[in-house]
Amino acid sequence: MSVLVGLLVISMIISGGFLIAFLWSSKNGQFEDQFSSANRILFEEKIKTKNKN
Amino acid sequence: MGIDVRLNNKLICSHCGNDCDGSISAYDSSFCCNGCKVVYGLLNEKGFCDYYKFNDRPGLTIRSNISQSKYDYLDQEDIKQKLTLFKNNEQSHVRLYLPQMHCSSCIYLLENFHILNNAVISSRVDFVRKEIFIAYDHRNISLSGLVAELASIGYEPHISLSGNDEDAYKKADRTKIYKLGIAGFCFSNIMMMSLPQYFAGDIEIEKPITLALRYGMFALSLPVVFYSGFEFFSSSWNSLKEKYLNIDVPIALAIAITFIRSVYEVFWGTGEGYFDSLAGIIFFMLVGRLLQDNVSKSLSFDRDFKSFFPIAVRQKIDGGIVVKPIEKVEAEDVLVIRQDELVPVDGILSKGKAYIDYSFVTGESLPAEIGIGEMIYSGGKQTGEKIELIAVKSVSQSYLTNLWNKNTFKDKSGSRSYIDIFSKYFTVILFVLAGIVATYWILQGRPEILWSALTSMFIIACPCALLLTATFTYGRLIRMYSANGMYVRHHNVVETMSKIDYLVFDKTGTLTNHHLNGLDYQGNELEEWEKGILHSLADESSHPLSRAIASFYNKVTPLPVESYKNYPGKGIEGWYENHHLKFGSARFLGIIERENTFSDSVVYFSVDGTLRGKFNIKNTYREGVVEMLALLKKKFKLAILSGDHEGEKEYLDGLIGVENKSLFTQNPQQKYDFIVSLQQKGHKVMMIGDGLNDAGALKQSDVGIAISDAVNNFTPAADGILDGKRLTNLPKLMKLAHAGRYIIYFTFLVSILYNVVGLLFAVQGKLYPVVAAILMPASSLTIIFLTFTMSGLIGRKLKLND
Repeated sequence: MSVLVGLLVISMIISGGFLIAFLWSSKNGQFEDQFSSANRILFEEKIKTKNKN
Repeated sequence: MGIDVRLNNKLICSHCGNDCDGSISAYDSSFCCNGCKVVYGLLNEKGFCDYYKFNDRPGLTIRSNISQSKYDYLDQEDIKQKLTLFKNNEQSHVRLYLPQMHCSSCIYLLENFHILNNAVISSRVDFVRKEIFIAYDHRNISLSGLVAELASIGYEPHISLSGNDEDAYKKADRTKIYKLGIAGFCFSNIMMMSLPQYFAGDIEIEKPITLALRYGMFALSLPVVFYSGFEFFSSSWNSLKEKYLNIDVPIALAIAITFIRSVYEVFWGTGEGYFDSLAGIIFFMLVGRLLQDNVSKSLSFDRDFKSFFPIAVRQKIDGGIVVKPIEKVEAEDVLVIRQDELVPVDGILSKGKAYIDYSFVTGESLPAEIGIGEMIYSGGKQTGEKIELIAVKSVSQSYLTNLWNKNTFKDKSGSRSYIDIFSKYFTVILFVLAGIVATYWILQGRPEILWSALTSMFIIACPCALLLTATFTYGRLIRMYSANGMYVRHHNVVETMSKIDYLVFDKTGTLTNHHLNGLDYQGNELEEWEKGILHSLADESSHPLSRAIASFYNKVTPLPVESYKNYPGKGIEGWYENHHLKFGSARFLGIIERENTFSDSVVYFSVDGTLRGKFNIKNTYREGVVEMLALLKKKFKLAILSGDHEGEKEYLDGLIGVENKSLFTQNPQQKYDFIVSLQQKGHKVMMIGDGLNDAGALKQSDVGIAISDAVNNFTPAADGILDGKRLTNLPKLMKLAHAGRYIIYFTFLVSILYNVVGLLFAVQGKLYPVVAAILMPASSLTIIFLTFTMSGLIGRKLKLND
């Protein structure tokens, strides 16, 4: 049965990692504007480099 | 890139998609106006044609030419400082609100702004808030230049110095998400720890492991109760201080009792407690609240008059012009107002021809002509050329400001909903029941069961189910409303909508389209040359009616007039091949009006002294308004209030029926008084209006809905904003609000069934943790499932978007 405690500890560590990742990303505002980020990745960047000279 | 774009065989502008006649073309494409052509050319040259690929016709119609000097107030040091977020030797950062932003092409263009203008270092868009963050090199471009540049591609920022507290909003939003995240994490891990104890069956779990699991659950429950669930305690404390019971009081009580009993069981070794049910309940309630509060962030429901005003005006001093912040304007300052600018203070016209469009203040659709020496009230918009006026009051004492400040907004979110009323009875009933149970066990002589029975009762009877039904139903309804063009400021608005029995409409801009849409010609058939002359004569005047006539005949080639004379405010006469043509008001033509028409919206036309016909300015009604009123008339009492003249009373009375009222030439105060008088008769009133002239009535009514043709444009403070194009959805939206109430009643009944089952265990002191752990999440999930499917079904039945 003690294996159970081991498993729980491991699961806590993993889910704790996800919790920290979640808090971190919401602190950085990742959940605030879902529309622009979703579209931003679809745009070509090639004009940018062309005009930078 | 290029080639004419056609839609249903109609030529449309390649930039914005408006109809066009093909007279303006360039780059193998056609445009509706020169503004669009310029923007298209600019984007084409810089290789931005992808802008047109991502969406159909993303462009914005460029209405007027924008001169940089319009924004020169932005170079005033103190104004600039207020707008700038950060500044060092090389760059400045600003955040601007661009209400025009509407699709992914906008993001593409705006985030590549640094290619259009080399002085821009980078830009980033927040689409939800319709904001752009720009870092620019202030050595190469001024703030006013930057704003003019944005305006030239169709994104004119709305600049206002009021309301910069959005960082506080953002922070509050994030705290809610943190609370939810932590509650979710703890809830799932507590579940993991309690499962072995429920399903161990005959297998004996060693003592140390049991203890480790129990202390683990206890540790995880601490953040849930004291961080995530803290708002239930603080809210119930506040309501107790105000001496009334809101829904959070019994919930906080249940949370506290569950927690204390669980702690007791764990530390005295009598059981594993109810930590899993506790965390689950808090988690579900937080989800519900977040869902319900998630109203569109880019909309502002609490605008005050300041956000409608320019932040600075041009003052004429000793022949020169200086820019002055609006709050510093004093009486006797001479102000210069240009075309399409808002008059910020009451003043006397001292130079120029003023055609003031008061539609914003009074709802009257025709611009008023004002002569030198006459008074112009704040809130009017100059539609003609540049004028000068002498201020007679400061901004804070002006007409518009007074209008606005007259009625302070009642905080409707604080009104007691039936949930709060219910929770009062609920708490009372619960305590009575607790008393009965306690007496029973004492009479039975088994006081040891008493403690366990009572706490179990409070755990089970937690009215979370009621809170959940309400939050999830309203959350779902608010979303359905948004999908159908209506945005409400608070979930209580939906509840109040279900009780409405009287609908009051404003006419101009609400039932009708906002602009003078059409002309209607009555009289003898005009010959081609007459039309040509009318066109060229009308072109000579800047009066809005002349403009309307000129555009009515824009397909006709104008004929050169030999000579003409313009009588401002009266009409125009002209000579062509020995004919004497006149058009203008009845008095100008010497006609006595037989019908009950109003001279300011009718233009007469005569040739050589004989009347040929007349032009009526039509207020065109929005499509479907007639059907909508017919539908609404069956369920609600209706009234129409208008700032306009009585010209259409008969027609409107026909639409809304004899038992209903229509009132004309109403000023803002009368509209407000009308609403008050209805409320005194006990009606629940919903006001639907658009302009500032309705502001008082919107505030006073139980539900005030502002109509807006562009949802992100500026509307008076209201409980909700409804997209003008979807106005005809109103009957369905009212039905939905009504249905929402029944959904809540029904799901609540279902949840009571769960509670009764739980109470049967609880009163006997036999509420085992496993029973609670199954019953409570099961009831929550059932409720969520029921509210979602039922609202969805009703939405589908009403044919609403989801």
